[in-house]
Amino acid sequence: MTSIYERFRDLIRSETPVVLATLIEGPNIGAKLLVEESGARMGSLGSEQLDRVIGRDAIAMLDAGTSEVRHYGPDGEARQHGLSVFIESHARRPHMVIFGAVDFTRALAGQGKLLGFRVTVCDAREVFATRRRFPMADEVVVDWPDRLLERIGDDLGPRDAVCVLTHDTKFDVPAIVGALSTRVGYLGAMGSRQTHEKRIARLVEEGVTVEELDRVRSPIGLDIGGRTPEETAVSIVAEIIAMRTGRDAPSLSEGQGSIH
Amino acid sequence: MDEIFDDIERWRQLGQRVAIARVVDIEGSGPRDPGAAMAVNSGGEVAGSVSGGCVEGAVVGEALELLEGRRSAGITSFGYSDDEAFAVGLTCGGTIHLFIEELDW
Repeated sequence: MTSIYERFRDLIRSETPVVLATLIEGPNIGAKLLVEESGARMGSLGSEQLDRVIGRDAIAMLDAGTSEVRHYGPDGEARQHGLSVFIESHARRPHMVIFGAVDFTRALAGQGKLLGFRVTVCDAREVFATRRRFPMADEVVVDWPDRLLERIGDDLGPRDAVCVLTHDTKFDVPAIVGALSTRVGYLGAMGSRQTHEKRIARLVEEGVTVEELDRVRSPIGLDIGGRTPEETAVSIVAEIIAMRTGRDAPSLSEGQGSIH
Repeated sequence: MDEIFDDIERWRQLGQRVAIARVVDIEGSGPRDPGAAMAVNSGGEVAGSVSGGCVEGAVVGEALELLEGRRSAGITSFGYSDDEAFAVGLTCGGTIHLFIEELDW
């Protein structure tokens, strides 16, 4: 029979989301409950009611990608302190979708991988969007941005990122409009301040509202004076980190000065 | 935990017992997030880490005590203290809480 450890190990190795809850204070120290994304449970922390409560909390924490100690009463009552349970969630890797198969894309895809993202590169031009040019990406897709987003948009959430590097309104506009209809946490678009102004005008023509435009980091990246593709990639991933952590780092989209 | 499975498999195939220490909570600044894990076998071999190298030595000691039956599974904390200049702690000034147990589940 498969042990909880073996099941846990196999799910992690196959990159399947899973939560492991361990009772770390109270009777039954070390008791385990494994919770899968479907809600399926294995093991027990002591009582059926407790397992049900932890199972529910585990799914919420998996969605947020967090791990922490929570306190419960003997049957999972909230705001009691009889039991401490360490709930360790192993969420799906966050997804970075990069539109535009340009030089900057190679550097950004590499940085995204370093930070643990699953990276998808998408461009409608098949001569550019090739595996050979982006061996570090998890997938390279030849398609129009709006069509890719139609397929994967429902799966994008607060931990994911969409980076639009095409700086061609023909591609940028459908990519941004498509991404705005998802729950994606980070949405940035590259280009000079002039490109940015033109793009805003086109987006407004497409019916994008002022509130929606607030979600778009454009010009993309933090104001660190980056110039090369590699430096620009650092400024983009730094902006993604600062947004997640809620830090007040200076974004290019909030200033007026020169980008380089 | 991903990175320590290979070593754990090898040890278990050799019939060795294994202790696991996991970061469950951090106060102040700490180098690794909750969930960071290290494994120690009965011969004192180590896989993974729970800090930037500050407390691993002490964790091996705790893990071996556990495997030898001289302590039970539970929480062990490491923090910085001015009074104990030579005690084990984190140079970054934070406190980490570890849960140490045998891998018998």
